[in-house]
Amino acid sequence: MTRIAISSEGPGLEERVDPRFGRAAGFILIDLDTMEHEYLDNGSSQARGQGAGIQAVEMIALAGGVKAVLTGFVGPKAFQALQAARIEIGQNLDGLTVREAVERYKQGRVKAASQPNR
Amino acid sequence: MRIAIASGKGGTGKTLVAASLAKVWDGPVMAVDLDVEEPNLHLFLKPEFGRCEEARIEVPAVDEDRCTHCRACAELCQFKAISDLGRVLLTFPEMCHGCGGCLAVCPEKALMPSSRLLGEICFGQAQDLRFLMGRLRVGEAMSPPLIQAVKRASDGFLPGAGPCDIIFDAPPGVSCPAVNAVMGCDATVLVTEPTPFGFHDLKLAVEAFRPLGTPLGVVVNKAGLGDQDVFTFAAVEDLPVLAEIPYDRRIAEAYSKGKIVAEALPEMRYLFRGLAVRIQGLARPALKERRYA
Amino acid sequence: MREVLIISGKGGTGKTSLAAAFAHLAGDKVICDLDVDAPDLHLSLKPTHQRVEEYFSGNMAVIDSTRCEQCGICLEMCRYGAISRMDDAFQVDRLKCEGCKVCVHFCPAEAIDFPQKHCGQWFISDTRFGPMVHAQLFPGQENSGRLVALLKQQARELAQVESRNLILCDGAPGIGCPVISSLSGTDLVVAVTEPTPSGRHDLERVVELCAHFKLPVGVVINKFDLNSRETSSIEDFCLEQGLHLLPQLPHDTAMTEAMVRGQAITEYQSDGLAKLVRRIWDEIMDMAGINRTA
Repeated sequence: MTRIAISSEGPGLEERVDPRFGRAAGFILIDLDTMEHEYLDNGSSQARGQGAGIQAVEMIALAGGVKAVLTGFVGPKAFQALQAARIEIGQNLDGLTVREAVERYKQGRVKAASQPNR
Repeated sequence: MRIAIASGKGGTGKTLVAASLAKVWDGPVMAVDLDVEEPNLHLFLKPEFGRCEEARIEVPAVDEDRCTHCRACAELCQFKAISDLGRVLLTFPEMCHGCGGCLAVCPEKALMPSSRLLGEICFGQAQDLRFLMGRLRVGEAMSPPLIQAVKRASDGFLPGAGPCDIIFDAPPGVSCPAVNAVMGCDATVLVTEPTPFGFHDLKLAVEAFRPLGTPLGVVVNKAGLGDQDVFTFAAVEDLPVLAEIPYDRRIAEAYSKGKIVAEALPEMRYLFRGLAVRIQGLARPALKERRYA
Repeated sequence: MREVLIISGKGGTGKTSLAAAFAHLAGDKVICDLDVDAPDLHLSLKPTHQRVEEYFSGNMAVIDSTRCEQCGICLEMCRYGAISRMDDAFQVDRLKCEGCKVCVHFCPAEAIDFPQKHCGQWFISDTRFGPMVHAQLFPGQENSGRLVALLKQQARELAQVESRNLILCDGAPGIGCPVISSLSGTDLVVAVTEPTPSGRHDLERVVELCAHFKLPVGVVINKFDLNSRETSSIEDFCLEQGLHLLPQLPHDTAMTEAMVRGQAITEYQSDGLAKLVRRIWDEIMDMAGINRTA
């Protein structure tokens, strides 16, 4: 099972990629083989003073089996946490729908980031 | 006695007042700069610096071999300074507030106390004036822990040297750092200017510092420029106006040359002597209460 | 979209007065007051609130005396001296409580509640110069920078929705959390200073912070004629550090006179200081790559 997570403005695949990682509305976790997906609401991270990004990483890591995260921009601490959790990061994908971002990833057109872009 | 010189707004003349007061104060006195983000007092009092100490705050360090990833620490930490990501326990020392909770809650003794650098505390002397300042490391986000450390250092400055009064130059503003600086003093002097910005921030300052229970007094700097609103407000709020420093280009020039205004202009020495006496009067009841509590 | 931030390190250099003038002169923009501790920009801009939001951040411990068994563990464990005992009652000093939850967690009687802290309010408003995003922290609150980040996010969203190409931010003094938060995502920093010993010293610290973020910096020396030696010293510093020196402003009571009237200096007069401020703004637009005719 290969799952990836995409920061999303809502639960559907036609929603737009949420450009923010830490304070994204939520994350769509999708199985690349079956295209089955679930939505993780990120409301609790939003309420945080500091550490929203880190909390989002914890939530995704706990969900299990996530190989990569697709999003707009990621801050340095969340980036560090994603690397520690050995999750690949695809940045600058805001402007696409979740479905489009997933397609791009499946086609191998998403480059894994080596540095946070925010 | 301990006096805090504060203001809602920056640039009203806190440091000008603190420096001049320290120079004309009768009796042994120590000047302490608690504006750890942008300390300026030393530029005017020009102390000879003796030692400088590092100020550090405790943060956790992880022994990966003992960690069983039970997540107790990550679940307790309110600041996300420690985070468990399944196979690895990650710490973000710069986010840590030093509460010790993770160390206390770990069932495996997998966390040990380490530290991060907050900044430095410097001790100095300018003739008979004792001087202390804190300087926040550039990039360090939190000033209150360093402010607390400087205040503790002022207690142990010269053990056995005898008691002395302390004048604290507080950071500007009315949020956490300023409140931390002003807490525990016998009187707080609010320096303001009679302009809309000064007036607005004076109101905020009164709202912030009144709950601390120390007597408040106002010094109006650049008086003559602007309007009367701060005076009306002080009267209505029953705040004594302890001094009015006139708006005078010579004062601005003396300050810009790093001079202590009470030394540079003879009439200013007289003004600050009067201010010192009035501040001492304001502080005496609180000091008595503190001594005999 | 470009973000321009005006900071000063030291307070009282004239940062907010200049921000008000730039708000007047700039074309299509969203104005943002990031000095949430002691905001002043609204005094000149006189915003009318279109949207008022309560701001909650962090939590604080509150001991329920009916459940408290007076064991004293909370007092022992609190590292901030926030818990005290008065006769048989234990209480938390809300000004000292750090919101770390240690006492809540370790209380054997589960007698400590942990409500959210109501820290302030933020606003989206209209002004005669355009839309403004601003806030007011309640006095004594922790200024963690999160409210600053929230305001910037709101300003960006507003700029996007209304197709405005500039976000103009009046920053906070100092070099702490709120300033660090303000710098993130900025395109150009304008640092305002004055020729006093503290002016140069504080400029150095704030420039160090900007260098850490690799941001271009333009410097305005306000009241330059108060002390020509200090002014030269600051000019030398700017040259060494590769900072762009913007036109300098002389010490002039007109700045305060405008403030007292609730006007930007460029509304109050068209010559003298105002003319120089216009030149500064033109150069800032060039530095930021903003089309001047916008």
